[in-house]
Amino acid sequence: MQSLTNRSKVVVKKEMSFTEKLYLPAVLNGMRITLSHLFKKKATISYPEKERPRSSVYRGEHVLKRDENGAERCTACGLCAVACPAEAITMVAAERKKGEENLYREEKYAAVYEINMLRCIFCGLCEEACPKEAIFLTDRIVPTEFERRDFVYGKDKLVEPVDKRVDVTKRQTAAVLEFKKHPEFAHNKLWDPSRSLKTKKAH
Amino acid sequence: MTTAFIIYKIILVLLVFAVSLGIAAYSTYAERKIAAFLQDRLGPNRAGPFGILQPIADGIKMFMKEEIIPNVSNKFLFVLGPAIGMLTALMTGAVIPWGPNIMWHGESLPLQVTDVNIGVLYLLGVVSIGVYGIMIGGWASNNKYSLLGALRASSQMISYEVAMGIAIVTLIMMTGTLQTSAIAAEQHSFWNGHYFSWNFFKNPLTFLIFFICALAETNRTPFDLPECETELVGGYHTEYSSMKLGFYLFAEYVNMFISSAVMSLFFFGGYNFPFMDKISDPNIVALIGTLVMFAKTLFFVFVFMWIRWTIPRFRYDQLMNLGWKILIPLSLLNLIGTGLGMWGMGKL
Repeated sequence: MQSLTNRSKVVVKKEMSFTEKLYLPAVLNGMRITLSHLFKKKATISYPEKERPRSSVYRGEHVLKRDENGAERCTACGLCAVACPAEAITMVAAERKKGEENLYREEKYAAVYEINMLRCIFCGLCEEACPKEAIFLTDRIVPTEFERRDFVYGKDKLVEPVDKRVDVTKRQTAAVLEFKKHPEFAHNKLWDPSRSLKTKKAH
Repeated sequence: MTTAFIIYKIILVLLVFAVSLGIAAYSTYAERKIAAFLQDRLGPNRAGPFGILQPIADGIKMFMKEEIIPNVSNKFLFVLGPAIGMLTALMTGAVIPWGPNIMWHGESLPLQVTDVNIGVLYLLGVVSIGVYGIMIGGWASNNKYSLLGALRASSQMISYEVAMGIAIVTLIMMTGTLQTSAIAAEQHSFWNGHYFSWNFFKNPLTFLIFFICALAETNRTPFDLPECETELVGGYHTEYSSMKLGFYLFAEYVNMFISSAVMSLFFFGGYNFPFMDKISDPNIVALIGTLVMFAKTLFFVFVFMWIRWTIPRFRYDQLMNLGWKILIPLSLLNLIGTGLGMWGMGKL
């Protein structure tokens, strides 16, 4: 009968020859192969000391960005939490008080912002959803912990320190930067001193 | 029997005991390292430099684990099992000559705990008792996997002990003695004037049979069916925890060390090394000889591990076929052939 794919092979169940039945030549050959591996370069990378090269757009631990003046960009709109397929993000919004303008960029901010790193699948959808360029995934790796609760990262771990900014420019590919030129995202632009004067006057 | 003699023997016993345990402990480390290296990994390297404290960490872990004795088990036998396993493993070291005699204050002292004239029989006997440790442990656990593991262990032991016994008979025919020290002395140096003096060169087939049987006797791959994880969970030690499990695992390594020592003694000249007659000081000969003995032994330990990480385990019917249909006829033919050869050379 004509076979459909011509890929089938006839299985031959031939008797083993005498040398094959002895097993020993095959065993010795196997031992020769394993011995050669004794002297080969090891594939292991000793992790904490040495790290394997990662892509520049690696999606690791999140960061909550501050703007140029050090005010938190997050406005607790909740779009990241909605976008999150693993439901890892929760937040509690609060209203900015007078005198907190240097702390929070917008009138509304996240009083509590938590990401459960055990739930997170590092897909980056929160970053995509964020209209305020506030949350980014970085090339940092979430460290191990002994307790489950330690994996729930609050603002203390997520918000970047004012004096130790986290560089996320690597995640901003040309296509992303082009997209963000859209006038709709003008509110995320670099802080313009004249604009800030105007807003202060408006208050 | 003077006090000095007793003190000397006690020191020797403690030394053999400590060295067996120490080497067994570091065999676990070596096994993991060799396994890793053969698989292009690094192996344990965190506890101390290169991970050399790993056996100590493992030991502490074993002692810290919860001691579990199943309610349905026979408690006395359950504890007795690993104890027998460990005891017999350590007892075999007594008849092995670890080195040439040392001279001390004009007295020649053997580096052997006891030089009984039936040393080979003693070895066979003690090794055979070793399987009781596995059998008792497996049976007392009252667990079907343990029982199956124990059954496999005992049937495997019985099957391969026959071939091993015949191989040893062949060896004894050649050496003409059951005394281990005499077997070592007969293989003096490396070249006895017209031929190699080591038994391996006189009859390599006997060594091959003995080696295969030694793999089976120590339950090492490819004959590690008693603890076949894929079929029997953990085999005979499924129900064991804590240091009782540690004893079983440890006994395997002690057995491996001792059978390596026996192989180097029976077939590779034991403590003998080439050009040993050129050195006049007997103590230096003893020192080098002991080191040579350990080097040979550790080489065989390495071969055991090398085999384990190279070839897969036999199926049970293959194991029995190999034991009964191939090894036993082969060793019988070898026995007859050796006899005929010796008759031809006029040595009978």
